[in-house]
Amino acid sequence: MQFGIFSVGDVTPDPTTGRTPTEGERIRAVMRIAEKAEEVGLDVFATGEHHNPPFVPSSPTTMLGYLAGRTERLVMSTATTLITTNDPVKIAEDFAMLQHLAGGRADLMLGRGNTGPVYPWFGQDIRQGIPLAVENYALLHRLWREDVVDWEGRFRTPLQGFTSTPRPLDGVPPFVWHGSIRSPEIAEQAAYYGDGFFANNIFWPKEHFQRLIGLYRRRYEHYGHGRADQAIVGLGGQVFMRRNSQDAVREFRPYFDNAPVYGGGPSLEDFSRETPLTVGSPEQVIERTLEFREYFGDYQRQLFLVDHAGLPLKTVLEQLDLLGEEVVPVLRREFAARRPAGVPDGPPGHEERRRALAKDGAGDATGKDTDGADKEGAK
Amino acid sequence: MTEQRIVAVAAGLSTPSSTRLLADRLSGAVGTALREAGDTAAVETVELREHARALGEAMAAGFPTGELKRAVDAVAGADGLIAVTPVFNASYSGLFKSFFDLVDADDLHGTPVLIGATGGSPRHSLVLEHAMRPMFAYLRATVAPTAVYAASEDWGGGGDVHAPLTDRVSRAGGELAALVSGRPKRERPDPYEEPVPFERLLRGE
Repeated sequence: MQFGIFSVGDVTPDPTTGRTPTEGERIRAVMRIAEKAEEVGLDVFATGEHHNPPFVPSSPTTMLGYLAGRTERLVMSTATTLITTNDPVKIAEDFAMLQHLAGGRADLMLGRGNTGPVYPWFGQDIRQGIPLAVENYALLHRLWREDVVDWEGRFRTPLQGFTSTPRPLDGVPPFVWHGSIRSPEIAEQAAYYGDGFFANNIFWPKEHFQRLIGLYRRRYEHYGHGRADQAIVGLGGQVFMRRNSQDAVREFRPYFDNAPVYGGGPSLEDFSRETPLTVGSPEQVIERTLEFREYFGDYQRQLFLVDHAGLPLKTVLEQLDLLGEEVVPVLRREFAARRPAGVPDGPPGHEERRRALAKDGAGDATGKDTDGADKEGAK
Repeated sequence: MTEQRIVAVAAGLSTPSSTRLLADRLSGAVGTALREAGDTAAVETVELREHARALGEAMAAGFPTGELKRAVDAVAGADGLIAVTPVFNASYSGLFKSFFDLVDADDLHGTPVLIGATGGSPRHSLVLEHAMRPMFAYLRATVAPTAVYAASEDWGGGGDVHAPLTDRVSRAGGELAALVSGRPKRERPDPYEEPVPFERLLRGE
């Protein structure tokens, strides 16, 4: 099973000091946090994509390309890459390039984004969100699998005899997750292609995500990619830890109370009860994360949100130390002990998919074969 | 004989409130009319004041929880709805609107709704027509023709002598009961249980 962190890349004042980092400071802090993730033994770093202040990561593959050069095992990913407003041709090129630079340690999570105004900035219409996600991905899927593509759709200029370069590393398309917090259509899309499904469950109660993930699993089986319990599921989580849980609550509360996404709403305690937010000791985080398995079934990737709301870099690095030293080793052991045979212990890695592709000849690398898997970063 | 689930939403703030009183009178009238038509009525009343804090939190957090979630689900699943608000500053109260903002735009599609309002002066009665009815029209609910407004004088017998409150309540209750009884039980496909197959999404349907 893969464990990692995902970053929104917000530039938020630290409410305890009133100081706001510069964009440059924040960008370097995010890179340091990602490198630290590898140092403490985590598997994945995923960055968001935003095109408006107070967020900095507008150019994810630039960040991830830099990180690919500075790391050796860490898987580069996104959370999410906007499939609605990015040109699928550019996504195909950017992530194939990243895949080469990272030696296969790259995948991506597609999403529609949560910022309405972004659509017109890129010439699109928010009312077409789902149709854009469907059509753009259908094209992206072909661009990575067919050397020469003739294509015509509703949302971009036709392509005639187009070849996206570079071709994917070893002819293996990057693994794709589809991220959604709400839309059954996106769960359906992930199931149809046999791709991964990431449910960012950090802001909503679990009952909703049980239905969404349940839908993805059933439809994954329906489309013949494997059993429902073999579908590739990723989940979010957000944690703040200190050895003593009271210290964690005391230290995190001003960040929670003042953060743009939390402030003015439910109390820290209520929000912790209704969503996966866990502010407490490493033991509490372990206990809470293991519960996800009870709610959503055995899953393959767990991403934690740890750097947000104006938390200082030093504090975030301490969180990563706790994750790497005390939380993730226990979670790896406990999840492995509970996982039934035949249920993948991670998303299919590059090498596994390369071998599957070679075995199938011209077939599609959907990563159905999970036995004896090599998973970059997961070992 | 069918059991009809009637949910009454009352946005009154005081205890006892005339808004709750009107909601109860309307519920009673609907129940009587349903029984006369051979159905039974299971009436549930939602007092929004009890959810005031949760409504604020739901707005900030983006999702309702607990008892408020249960109340929203009850409204979405009702066979007939009674909605009563006090008139504040020439419209429904903010609490009333906040609650209905949590109801999904499709959830009340076709649901029969009886609207009522209370106020200190009869001069506000058109709030029913310029605020309440358009909101439920947007939600594609079926609003009963008679909307019931109760001003202070209506409760004491000094109100409308030509159409006293009791008559209007009973006429409105009969209208809602007729709409509820005459309507087949709703079969709403659950998009999480029965998704649109991807081939159809690919074709742009």
